[in-house]
Amino acid sequence: MEPFITACNVFYQYESPSGPVSALKGIDLSIYSGEHVAIIGPNGSGKSTLLKLFNALLEPTGGEVRVGGRDTSDPQNTWEIRQECGMVFQNPDNQIVATTVEEDVAFGLENLSFPAPEIKKRVNEVLQAMDLDHWAHHAPHLLSGGQKQRVAIAGVIAMRPRCLLLDEATSLLDRRGKAEVIDTALKLNRLDNITLVNVTHFLEEAALADRVIVLYNGEIAIDAPAQQVLSRGTWLKERGLDLPPAASLANRLREGGIPLSFPIITMEQLVDSICSWKQMA
Amino acid sequence: MSRSITLGQYMPGKTLMHRLDARAKLLSLILLILGLFTASSYWGLIFLLILALVHLSFTGVPLGYILRGVRHIFVLILLTLLLHFFFTTGGEVLIREQLFVAEITVESEGVQLGTTVALRLIILIFFTMLVTLTTTPLALTGAMESLLTPLKYLRLPVSEMSMVAMISLRFIPTLMEESDRIVKAQMARGARIGEGNFLQKARSLIPVIVPLFVSAFRRAEELAVAMEARCYRVGARRTSIRETRFAFKDYMVIIFSVALAAIMWFTPL
Repeated sequence: MEPFITACNVFYQYESPSGPVSALKGIDLSIYSGEHVAIIGPNGSGKSTLLKLFNALLEPTGGEVRVGGRDTSDPQNTWEIRQECGMVFQNPDNQIVATTVEEDVAFGLENLSFPAPEIKKRVNEVLQAMDLDHWAHHAPHLLSGGQKQRVAIAGVIAMRPRCLLLDEATSLLDRRGKAEVIDTALKLNRLDNITLVNVTHFLEEAALADRVIVLYNGEIAIDAPAQQVLSRGTWLKERGLDLPPAASLANRLREGGIPLSFPIITMEQLVDSICSWKQMA
Repeated sequence: MSRSITLGQYMPGKTLMHRLDARAKLLSLILLILGLFTASSYWGLIFLLILALVHLSFTGVPLGYILRGVRHIFVLILLTLLLHFFFTTGGEVLIREQLFVAEITVESEGVQLGTTVALRLIILIFFTMLVTLTTTPLALTGAMESLLTPLKYLRLPVSEMSMVAMISLRFIPTLMEESDRIVKAQMARGARIGEGNFLQKARSLIPVIVPLFVSAFRRAEELAVAMEARCYRVGARRTSIRETRFAFKDYMVIIFSVALAAIMWFTPL
């Protein structure tokens, strides 16, 4: 199968007051249609930069990024790529453009010059599917953080993309908001086969992905199935990534001589495996 | 507090005035203002005043709300009236009074000019309120964009300007919440905000305004990236979800306004 996004020996360099900085150094990866990939890494590892290459917000300074077979550095492809790969950013307040929810969801379609009846139809569909129709005529500042991020996702989905890029989209939300946004994204990934690339620094979120890519210093440190990456607690810790509390507690229990089964990332898994260990004992 | 902020004076409703196309309302407003300034007799002005009041009563907006909106401008109207009374000369002398060293006279042309100007101002405000009370700021922005479309041929960035207006409307509540937060944060660090005389008050706002500006610029930058990510292009053709068509009533309103403006223009009314 042909991959949907490919990066081939990608470099990205930018100028700073103290001279040129290499944010990405020789990235090679492929992301397939319908996959759910999490990209994690400490601050400054280049994970956000990498994501911005996938919808042509940035152009690689070396190498090549292809989305759906199109070269992202060709300006002729920019708008098709941005329609196919929608992006949701960190701060919900800084990405909602319009004064009502409905108009904001319509923003992308208006930019793509769809006729009014088609825009209306699609916006209504998306708002209904995402359970936001009640809020259609509300001003965005009256919504909660999680709802605002879902509005941002709805705005992307209205353009019918093949891929959803989340750039730390849950990091400013409370627990409930996080769950709301991640559940929405997972549903889109599973039910509508939309490729999901989630840049995050929460390993609990990364654990939900099929595949986890760890970036460190602008290079791919590991690219493997989620369970495999998250079982390497100390290795991750050395790279500035803290395991979720349940996972680190499980590791300490193991060190203390309690043979818990692998893998443990969430509290539920921890409880389950302690229960089954107790039953065995 | 800032959560309940409403912009402009819009009062939701379903009356005929609410349902008219915003472009028809704006056009009529312009025509009526033209008529208002060519009307020269008291009869014409009083007719327009009654017209405005009757329509205001049709909008279903409580009278108290309307008067509260005019409160501030009332001072201006009073001032205009008095200035004309005392300083415009001509015609008969109605009152002559010795006040300390100066002699003050009120002359007939001053009275006439003063009352007409004051009446015009009042009518102008009522007509404008008729539109702003029944039209959302968003619909108004849209209407202005659509009416200014011909200026695109003069290479004026009309749709960009209306995008700017829309984003400003969208960010007012956000920035108000933010300034609330900054005020509290600075007060927690011991800043005295809004205390003392005028100069001290003004100076105490600096630690609020500087962070607010910094954050607004950061927001602007992030918003620009987010808009580009959603395929926004400066100068490119865009469509709109709000598809508005003129209905029969909209045409009638405009025809009526044209007729009224013409009557005011061509007759001594």
